[in-house]
Amino acid sequence: MQRWKGVIRTPVGLAATLLTGAVLVLAVVAPIIWSDDADAIDTSNILAGPSADHWAGTDNLGRDIFYRTLVATRLSVELALAATAIAVVVGLILGTASFLLGRRSGKLVNAGVNIAVAFPGILLALFFAVIFGVGATGAVLAIGLAGAPSMGRLTRTLVASVSARDFVDAARVAGVGRMRILLRHVLPNISEPLVVNATIGAGGALLSFAGLSFLGLGVQQPSYDWGRLLFDGIGSIYVNPAAALAPGAAVIVAGLAFNLFGESVAKALGVGVIGGIRLPSTAAAVATAAPAEESHASTDDVVLDVRDLEVVFPGPAGPIRPVRGISFAVRRGEAVGVVGESGSGKSLTALAVSRLVGDPGRVDASCLELLGTDLRTADTKAQRQLLGTSLAMVFQDPMTSFNPTRRMGSQLAEVARHHQGMDRRSALARAVDRMRAVRITEPERRAHQYPHEFSGGMRQRAMIGMGLMGSPALIIADEPTTALDVTVQQQVLDLLAAIRAADDVALVLISHDVTVVGEVCDRVLVMYAGRIVEDLPATELATGARHPYTRALVAAVPAMDTDLDEPLAVIPGRPVDPADVPEGCAYAARCPLASARCLTEDPALETDVAGRRVACWHAGEPVAIEIEDREIDELEEVEAS
Amino acid sequence: MSELRFEGLTVRYGATTAVDDVSLTVPEGQIVGLVGESGSGKSTLARAAVGLAPIESGRILLDGRPVPTTGRRRPLQMVFQDPYSSLDPRMSIGESVAEAMPRGASRLERRAEVERLLELVHLDPARAAARPAELSGGQRQRVALARALAGRPQVVIADEITSALDVSIQGAVLNLVRELQAELGLSMLFISHNLAVVRYVATHVAVMRDGRIVEQGTTAQVLAEPEHVYTRELLAAVPGTNSRSPR
Repeated sequence: MQRWKGVIRTPVGLAATLLTGAVLVLAVVAPIIWSDDADAIDTSNILAGPSADHWAGTDNLGRDIFYRTLVATRLSVELALAATAIAVVVGLILGTASFLLGRRSGKLVNAGVNIAVAFPGILLALFFAVIFGVGATGAVLAIGLAGAPSMGRLTRTLVASVSARDFVDAARVAGVGRMRILLRHVLPNISEPLVVNATIGAGGALLSFAGLSFLGLGVQQPSYDWGRLLFDGIGSIYVNPAAALAPGAAVIVAGLAFNLFGESVAKALGVGVIGGIRLPSTAAAVATAAPAEESHASTDDVVLDVRDLEVVFPGPAGPIRPVRGISFAVRRGEAVGVVGESGSGKSLTALAVSRLVGDPGRVDASCLELLGTDLRTADTKAQRQLLGTSLAMVFQDPMTSFNPTRRMGSQLAEVARHHQGMDRRSALARAVDRMRAVRITEPERRAHQYPHEFSGGMRQRAMIGMGLMGSPALIIADEPTTALDVTVQQQVLDLLAAIRAADDVALVLISHDVTVVGEVCDRVLVMYAGRIVEDLPATELATGARHPYTRALVAAVPAMDTDLDEPLAVIPGRPVDPADVPEGCAYAARCPLASARCLTEDPALETDVAGRRVACWHAGEPVAIEIEDREIDELEEVEAS
Repeated sequence: MSELRFEGLTVRYGATTAVDDVSLTVPEGQIVGLVGESGSGKSTLARAAVGLAPIESGRILLDGRPVPTTGRRRPLQMVFQDPYSSLDPRMSIGESVAEAMPRGASRLERRAEVERLLELVHLDPARAAARPAELSGGQRQRVALARALAGRPQVVIADEITSALDVSIQGAVLNLVRELQAELGLSMLFISHNLAVVRYVATHVAVMRDGRIVEQGTTAQVLAEPEHVYTRELLAAVPGTNSRSPR
């Protein structure tokens, strides 16, 4: 319901809704109120021009054209809706046929639909008009059937996209019949785009009707719709232009109303997305080229210095802050891991550092420096150059980070050409060299291949190679191995470690997997609800963690030496919604150590003598990790309600 | 619960052979872990068992009889990887669970059974009217488990059921799987790419590669004395087993 309200939020949407409403109301009331005026014959005043009595003049029997246009609304709209109904029903039958009949018969139907779609609609309508005879009924059938193939094709596409989803398979496995699956699972999930397209189709049908009637194939005397009026009025267009213009204007207004309404609804509902939750995807790549200018290099060895970083998005109920003031520094050659659950703000932190947080997000920090250069200033060429040369980003899904239509070699080479001004040949040579550096076999041959010819692991290596086109000071890798198999994961992690060791490159590794981070990194930042809650050496992860969240994260993951007789530790409840961060410590609701203080006061991130940081009122206190499942659920219920 | 047996199963998609002459037994009341990388055919094997993939040759037997993959009664049930996609967003979780139940029960019986199943997977039965969107990933996966159990299956196939979940939730789902196995004596084919996870829930393990099973045996035996070189590779790749930190 909320989403439907979005339709009238925009000026166009509001206007279209009002206009459509007005046309429909007119269709109902006009014949009731103005029928007599419209049919009143006045032989003394035929074919008159517009006057105070007759705003659009009169026809060849002296009837008032303005009133006739108003009265004709009902028939015009009725016919258009009837034709649309036929198009939708026939379209649904055609579109769902392949789902119901199975592949072979479905293919036959689809082929028929495809051929029908290829015919121009008006030609089909004329063809059917000849078959069904001249008249309103014939025209309705003609336009309805002419619209059916495209509706059928739309339905088929929508059905195919929904039926590829797991819940349809799950219903099949459960033994639910095809017809039932169609009615219960598929149609409800495609109803919105269908309704929208039917509305737009109604606008089209209205225009087609005007067309057919105008050609004399539609409504016949003494009935009249707008097309018929247009047909009658066109003959005297030089005597009384208004006689043709009035019904013409009506057709335009009504057609526009339906079309705009449909478009607005489509926009508001985001039709095209079919049910479910879509996670915002971020697929952009910053790659590096030339080595950083020496003038940029700061005196000490801090590569990245972040203080009080905040990321803010506007939300329906006030601003949302997925990252709430985090500070950390990465030194040359250091590997820092960032762990946390989904929604903890770890990926946004990476995007903020590389200036990839797009509108409407906003990044604030009291300090955000890469190699001593302030990144908070406006987007300048020098800054882009710095990001492009000193920072390499590696994303989770390398498939979406490459252009699928271009060869790998030239995509890598482009970086060098853009940032270093290399010529084509030497840039390509460098690309091949970098591909070899990331252990891609036969780099000369591989450079001429397209992204889809690379396996997932190889694409990820190519992505890293792209970052190595220059010699970056910092690599930020956001879940670089999550989409990969374990053996390939190992290779990619090895590669990152080797690059780090060889060139003293700093690495920020973002992952939800504590074991991966613990294995690769020197230091681990644990994030929860947009804050760093603990910062500790990776070697202490297993035994020396002091924040109850860190300890729970470590204990929740089964390892090869986990005790098989004990249930795994679980973290009750669910992660904090960034739009609704509770008062006090954000983790308190899930924390076994939580006390009254935790619920009211948010603990600050305190640094101890060894440089470790933790934000907890009960840091280091012993915690019984094991919690009964039953309790968990109650907590979860509380969370959810 | 019963024994599920694959005999010389081959599945082809066009020219590619996804599953190549696989023989595998899920003994009564046991959990068999199936590991392998993506593209190794493990999911296809699962889909073939429930009739979602075409069988080229070979047989799938349940207690010695072919598994029915059409009709209302389905003794094999499957839990899918992605709980965000495997539940119909338009249906309440109660309806989703009820849909998988055998026909013929009255409305009241159905409701009671839905409540019992939700209780079994540690969800509040009062939330049967909730839509999937109101649930967390872990809760959704529990609904999916309840739905699989609603069909009174003889064997349950779990296809990567924890890989789409956050680690904090994964533990709860694994605990539930073990608990259900112990309580109901569930036979289960548990597919995962994570050896540590398989080690935790499964009594037997089979390693699949390029459509073939390269090694199988009890979990303890395969993990302690892997015979096939690929199993050893997999074991070596488990994060946390070696330290790569250079300093």
